[in-house]
Amino acid sequence: MVGQAVGRWRIYSVILASVARAMLPLLLVFSLFLLWRGHNEPGGGFTGGLVAAAGFALYAMAFQPRSVRRVIRVDLRTLMGAGLLCAAAAGVIGMAQNKPFMTGVWISWQGPEGIAVEIGTPFLFDVGVYLVVFSVTLSIILSKAEER
Amino acid sequence: MNLLVLPVLVPMVAAASSLLLWKSVSAQRLVALLGALGLALVNGMIFARTQTGEILVLGFGNWPAPFGIAFVADRLAGIMLLATGVIAVAVQIYSFSGIDSDRESFGFYPLTLILLMGVSGAFLTGDIFNLYVWFEVLLIASFVLMSLGGERLQLQGAVKYVTLNLVSSALFLTALGLLNGSLGTLNMAHLSERVAEAGDPGFTTALAVLFLVAFSIKSALFPLYGWLPASYHTPPAAVSALFAGLLTKVGVYALIRTFTLIFTQDPGFTHQLVLLPLAAMTILAGGMGFWVQHDMRRAFAFAIVASVGVALVGLAMTGIPGSEAARTLALAGALAYVFQTMLVKTQLFLMAGIVRRAMGSCDLRTIGGLAATAPWLAAMAMIGLLAFAGVPPLSGFAPKVAVLRASLDLQQGWVAACILAGSVLALAGVARIWSEAFWKKPLHRPDESEQDQPANALARIVPVTGLALCIVALGLGAGTVFDAAEAAARQLLDPSAYIRAVLGGGP
Amino acid sequence: MVWLLALAIGALYAGGLYMMLRKTMVKLLIGLAMIGNAANLLIFTSSGIVRSKAPLVPKGAKTVEPPFADPLTQALILTAIVIGFAVLAFALALVRRTYEAVGSGGLEDMTEE
Repeated sequence: MVGQAVGRWRIYSVILASVARAMLPLLLVFSLFLLWRGHNEPGGGFTGGLVAAAGFALYAMAFQPRSVRRVIRVDLRTLMGAGLLCAAAAGVIGMAQNKPFMTGVWISWQGPEGIAVEIGTPFLFDVGVYLVVFSVTLSIILSKAEER
Repeated sequence: MNLLVLPVLVPMVAAASSLLLWKSVSAQRLVALLGALGLALVNGMIFARTQTGEILVLGFGNWPAPFGIAFVADRLAGIMLLATGVIAVAVQIYSFSGIDSDRESFGFYPLTLILLMGVSGAFLTGDIFNLYVWFEVLLIASFVLMSLGGERLQLQGAVKYVTLNLVSSALFLTALGLLNGSLGTLNMAHLSERVAEAGDPGFTTALAVLFLVAFSIKSALFPLYGWLPASYHTPPAAVSALFAGLLTKVGVYALIRTFTLIFTQDPGFTHQLVLLPLAAMTILAGGMGFWVQHDMRRAFAFAIVASVGVALVGLAMTGIPGSEAARTLALAGALAYVFQTMLVKTQLFLMAGIVRRAMGSCDLRTIGGLAATAPWLAAMAMIGLLAFAGVPPLSGFAPKVAVLRASLDLQQGWVAACILAGSVLALAGVARIWSEAFWKKPLHRPDESEQDQPANALARIVPVTGLALCIVALGLGAGTVFDAAEAAARQLLDPSAYIRAVLGGGP
Repeated sequence: MVWLLALAIGALYAGGLYMMLRKTMVKLLIGLAMIGNAANLLIFTSSGIVRSKAPLVPKGAKTVEPPFADPLTQALILTAIVIGFAVLAFALALVRRTYEAVGSGGLEDMTEE
């Protein structure tokens, strides 16, 4: 194993490590932005999930794959399950109102000073997609990277 | 009509829950069993609803067809769903003792549930691209199940299985692209109308053959069945039983659906000239493989091939000009045959798993004496084997006779000869398996350590017995079964009701 | 433009098939990936290519002014790409595990029994 120990993890390149550390939060915020924007404009849960997974993949390259599992804390399988449940719930909510499965249901909220928020089941579905794509992609990458 | 989404939703929620419960194998078992029971329940309800002749339609997200994706349940879908539910419960119970703890903790239960979700979706969808998606869902789950455990033999089988299925998917996707480009729709009812109106039957027929090749890899039709006997004997019994019962039958279902609803523009070519000889050859190839194989599980893999042949002969004969009654009889026989063969093949593969546990091997040359050491197993095996061979009064007899009758009525004597030859080969193979595995003195005595624990044995023998009872009941109630199959065949041969139900446009 | 794409599709199918007929698992995989891409390109081409804008409804409007690209085709290809990605990732892992178990990447080193 080449590289030197810095803190808890063995790293290969100081430049890559510094960049990865700085980029990870940026990419995560960007992925959430993509997820949020996805409803009306290009973007969405799939691209968002991929960007988030890419951020962690960079981190895994700079540090070790093991470190990513530590940083995430939640097990990826749990995230997959949660994502599937979110997506299923998005369909079921429409069913509860006696409409066909997957019918969109919207809640709007009029805040003070003209702030209006409208949120609906398509967004919940997108969140589910985000979680599933993120966790599946990352666990594929990590399991390949950990095989040595 | 939200009932229609439940066969997909129930396994999906169960799979998600068992992913959340990944730490506890016993909780996953409970969730998987509940999922399978729930699936059997909702599938039974859909079957009961379709038995009135009603065609249930659910447009997702309240989009009208053909703009949205619709789930459609007619009699055919109801029959397939019913069998799926029964198999799901049987395999899930068996896996409590038949799957080792490594596989259990590596996601066996979520994967089987996702497989079931894909199978249900494939049976229900009314959109051909969506059918592709469900195919891929169940394929990816089956790929992982096939290679889970990572034994050498299993991985080699998985490479063949994965490659051939990916080729089939690529062909399917190619055909879909051309279909969408030429007819401008992917809703199957809408496609049926467009094909009927289309001015260029030659191109449509070429597309039909492309679909035929793609689906015939999936359903193990001659000469593209090689991947099946090369891979089905490698995974554990619960996995191969699930595959044996469901996977090739999804391919058969896809053929039945597309070649009764959509591609009926040139049946003289697609049905009679292409599909019929291939299906007849499938019977013979499967029968011969079944007869000569030394490994019991490989023999059963060839038995799957043979029974796919019988079912598809029934489908192919709907394209022969002749009396309406004979064509209905052929398709009805095929449908009844598919339904019972799903249960029979699951039972046979589960049984092979028990034999392997008891004897340490499935090699017919070394094992033996099971009739004395495990009489109950032997009795159950007898039922499954004879049902496959088509011996009265078991479930395989009446549907096979129906297909045979239809082939004679339609003046296809050579088809009848193939079916009869296939039955003879099957009987010979059954006699051989019986005398080698159950009567003969074994050459190899398993060690005490390889022997079953009685507590575990119960979870294995219950599903095998349950399926055997179903097979006997289907045989004794052949008249009722056949009435249901005939009604389903009538509904398929006159797709106007299906099209009306999906696209609306008044009665 | 259509001719160019048609030629590319043909080349991809031919190349993919050629790679699949080679004797190692990795080339088989490359062949499968090429055929998958060929199929995606075929869907794209066969549904008709137009020079037009994205099918997004602008703010305040009710509909999109034609000409706009067919969103269904894009949805189909996106779905197929995602599925292809998952399948290929799995196949890669499988090939690697098989290579480790068999000790060779050659297809003829696989035995039946």
